[in-house]
Amino acid sequence: MLSVKDLVVGFRTRRGAVEAVRGISFDLSPGETLGIVGESGSGKSVTSYALMRILDAGGSISAGEISWNGQDLRRAREGAMRAIRGREISMIFQNPRAALNPIRKIGKQIEDVLLQHGRAGRRDAKAKAIEALEAVKIRDAAARYHAYPFELSGGMCQRVVIAIALACNPKLLIADEPTTGLDITTQKAVMDLVRELISARGMSAIIITHDLGLAAQYSDRLAVMKDGEIVESGASATLFAAARHPYTRKLIDATPRPGVAIRELLPAEARSPEPPHSPGRRKLIEVVGLEKTFAGKSGPVQAVKGISFDIREGQSVGLVGESGCGKSTTSAMLVRLLDPSAGAIVFDGSDIAGIPADRFARDPRRGRIQMVFQDATDSLNPRHNAFDAIAEPLRRLGGMSGKRLGVRVDELAHLTGLPGHLLTRYPHQLSGGQKARVGIARAIALDPDFLILDEPTAALDVSIQAVVLNLLADLRARLNMTYLFVSHDLNVVRLLCDHVLVMRDGLIVEAGPSARVMQDPEHPYTRALLAAAPKPPVLDRLPGETVKAAE
Amino acid sequence: MSSPASPSAASGQVAHIVYVLRENPVTALSFALFGFIVLSALIGPYVVPYDPLATNSARALEAPSAAHWFGTDQLGRDVFSRVIVATRLDLTISVAAVAISFVIGAFLGAVAGYWGGWIDALLNRILDTIMAFPLFILAMGIVAALGNSVENIIYATAIINIPFYARVVRAEVNIRREAGFALAARLAGNSHARVLAFHIFPNALPPMMVQVSLNMGWAILNAAGLSFIGLGVRPPTPEWGIMVAEGANFIVSGHWWIALFPGLWLMLAVFTFNLMGDGLRDIVDPRRRT
Repeated sequence: MLSVKDLVVGFRTRRGAVEAVRGISFDLSPGETLGIVGESGSGKSVTSYALMRILDAGGSISAGEISWNGQDLRRAREGAMRAIRGREISMIFQNPRAALNPIRKIGKQIEDVLLQHGRAGRRDAKAKAIEALEAVKIRDAAARYHAYPFELSGGMCQRVVIAIALACNPKLLIADEPTTGLDITTQKAVMDLVRELISARGMSAIIITHDLGLAAQYSDRLAVMKDGEIVESGASATLFAAARHPYTRKLIDATPRPGVAIRELLPAEARSPEPPHSPGRRKLIEVVGLEKTFAGKSGPVQAVKGISFDIREGQSVGLVGESGCGKSTTSAMLVRLLDPSAGAIVFDGSDIAGIPADRFARDPRRGRIQMVFQDATDSLNPRHNAFDAIAEPLRRLGGMSGKRLGVRVDELAHLTGLPGHLLTRYPHQLSGGQKARVGIARAIALDPDFLILDEPTAALDVSIQAVVLNLLADLRARLNMTYLFVSHDLNVVRLLCDHVLVMRDGLIVEAGPSARVMQDPEHPYTRALLAAAPKPPVLDRLPGETVKAAE
Repeated sequence: MSSPASPSAASGQVAHIVYVLRENPVTALSFALFGFIVLSALIGPYVVPYDPLATNSARALEAPSAAHWFGTDQLGRDVFSRVIVATRLDLTISVAAVAISFVIGAFLGAVAGYWGGWIDALLNRILDTIMAFPLFILAMGIVAALGNSVENIIYATAIINIPFYARVVRAEVNIRREAGFALAARLAGNSHARVLAFHIFPNALPPMMVQVSLNMGWAILNAAGLSFIGLGVRPPTPEWGIMVAEGANFIVSGHWWIALFPGLWLMLAVFTFNLMGDGLRDIVDPRRRT
C-alpha cells in the first residue's frame, strides 16, 4: 500500500545542506502497524513529515520514491496532497494541547475536518462529530462536544486529536510520539484505544517513538533508525530477541527494565564495577506531617495532604507518582523554594520549615540542600555559558573568585564528565546530555549533603539516560550524598534508590524498600503503575556474551 | 552575571558582531548610516563650511550650488551647515529620551512582571491611562505645561514611551519568573532582586533592542514635530523640525530646498534606527551565535 524507496530528505542550514534522512526504504501493507524507533535526531519524525509533505521551510525530498496506492507522493501537486492529508493519511502529534485550537470547541474542530473533506454536510456534522467522540471512548460525548481543550486533561485531549485524525476514516494513521508527556497509566489507555480502533477499521499505522517497549508492544513490524538510516528491521516479536545491529543492542541494553542492575544499562565495554553504596544510620531528613494548600480560583486546593517520611544519611529515596500527585510540590518544599502550609522538615537536627523560602537564600544551610532540575534546557540561563552556570553557586555561596573558581569549575566539569572546552559554550550550543551534566555540576558544586533530583533524565534519550544515571550513582558514592529521586517511572527509580515512596493525590500510598515494592506491591495503585509500563524487550544474549558479562 | 573570570572573552563578542554585520547587508548599511549620523553629531559643528547662525541677506534664498550644497534660507544661512549641526541636538534629545524611558520602563515592567499582584495591576492601569491619550497631544500638553525647553521635550518624549518598554519587559519577565534557571539561581543563594536583575532581566534584552531602535526613530520625529508646531526648541537654533517648519512657507514660491534637506535628514535618521533593530537584537542574543 505504502512503499518508500531510498528516501533522502535534506535541509538547507546556515552551515550548508544537512541530510536528515539518508536513503531509507520500507513497505507497509494494509492492516499492518509499523513501529519506527530511534533516539532524537535519528530522522524518524522527518520521515513522517516527508510522507505527508509537510516538511519545514528549507527541507525537501532530494531523492527516492514514495508511492501510496500507486500514486507518487513525492511529485504530487499540493492540491492532490491536501485531499490525501486527513482523508487517506492522517497524523497525530506529540503534544495534543498544541495540536488543538485553544479557543474553539472540540466538537467544532472535529466538524471542521468532516466538512473540509466532504464527509458530512451542515446538517449531520454535529451528529457525526459526537459519534467520532464516542468512538474514542469519551464519556458523555454530547456534553463534551461543547468543551474547550483547556477543560480537558492531557489524555482526553489526545483522544480528541485521535478523533479528529480518524474522523474521515483514513487508511493510514501516523502517530508521532503519541504518548510522550502523558502519564504512564494514561499512555496505556490511549495506546490500547489506538490499537483497538485501527484493528477495528482495518487501518495501517506507523508509530514513531523513542520507547522500545511501547513500539514492541503495539506494532507488528519494527524499524530501528539511527542518523537517518534504518539500521535494522523485522517483525517485532523477533527483532529484539535476535537483534543483530550493535546500535539496536545498545538501545535494548540502555532501556531500564525489571531485574537489571544500573551498570547493565551501559554497553558491556563501559561497565566498571558499581561503587559500594551503604546508607548510614543517622537521619538526615525527617519530614513530619508536611502539607501544602494553594489558593485556587474555586477555593483552596490541597496539593500535599500531610506526608511523613525519613531519609537516612547516604540513603537514596525515590518519590514516584503521576502528574498532579504532589511530588513536585513536595520537592519544592524540601529544597526550600516553597513554604509549607503545615508540618516540619527537620534537616540535620533542626527544623527548617519555619524559615521563609525567601530568606533561606541567605541561610548557611542553603548550599547543603541543592537540586537538579527536570528540564536541563529550561534550567540553564540562555545568556550564561556553561562556566558561569556552574560558577554561580560558587561565587554567591562559596565566595570563590578568580583562579580558585576556575580550578573548582574545571574539577566539577571533570567529575561530571563534561569536556573542558565546552565550558565556554552557551546552552543552545550543547546537547541534551551535556546540558544535564552542566545542571548536575552546578548542583554538586557546593558539596551538598542532600540532593533532590527532579526527573533529571525525563527529557533525555535512553542511551544518555543510562549514562547520566550511572554518573549519579558514581557521584553519590564519591561525594557521600543523600538523594531524593523524584520520577514518574518506577523502573528508573528502582535502579538508583534503596527505598521508594509512591505518592498519589497528595498522600504517600506505599513506602518500602525498592525491591519489595517492585516485586510485591501492596497498594492497588502501585500495581496499576507497574502494570501500565510497557514491557521492554529482553535481549537473548549470544552464549559467548553471557560468559563475558558474568566475568 | 558574567564576570572577567569567565573564559567567554570579549573577542567572542566582537567576532559575533562582525558575523551579524556580514550575514545581513541591511544591518551593515544601517550601522554605517548610524556611524555617519553619530559622526555628524560629534564633529559636525567643527567641520561645517559656514556658521549655522550667521545671516547673509545678500545671499538669501539661493538654490543649491557648489558654494552652498543645500542652498541658503530666507536669511542667507547655509542649509547644509544647519542640517549637519542640528544632528547633535536631535540625536541628544532622542537618545536621552529613549534612555530615560528604557530605564524607567524596564524597572517598572520588571518589578510588575516578577512580583505580579497589586503592583502589577496598579502599573498596568497607569500605563493604560498614559496610552489612552493620543501620545503626541500628551507630549504637547506636557511641554506646554512644564515650559518650553530642550529638557522638557526630553521628559515629554520619555514619558510617552515608557509604556512600550514597561509592557515588553513585563511580558518577558513574567514568562521566565518560574523558569528552571530562575529557581536554580535562587538555590545558588541569590535574593529575588538579584535573580530578577542578573538572571531574568538580561533575557528581555533582545526584544527591548528592537523596541529601542523603533523608539529612537519615533523620538526624533516627536522632537521635530514639537518644534515644528512651535513648542520646544526655538529659532534660530538649528533643529530639523523648525527648519522644515520655516522652509514650509517657501515651498509655494519654489524654494523647495529649505524644507526638503532637513526633512530628508530626518527621514534618513528614522530609517537608520528602524533598520538597526534586528541587527541589535541579533547582537545581544547569545542564541544567535553558532
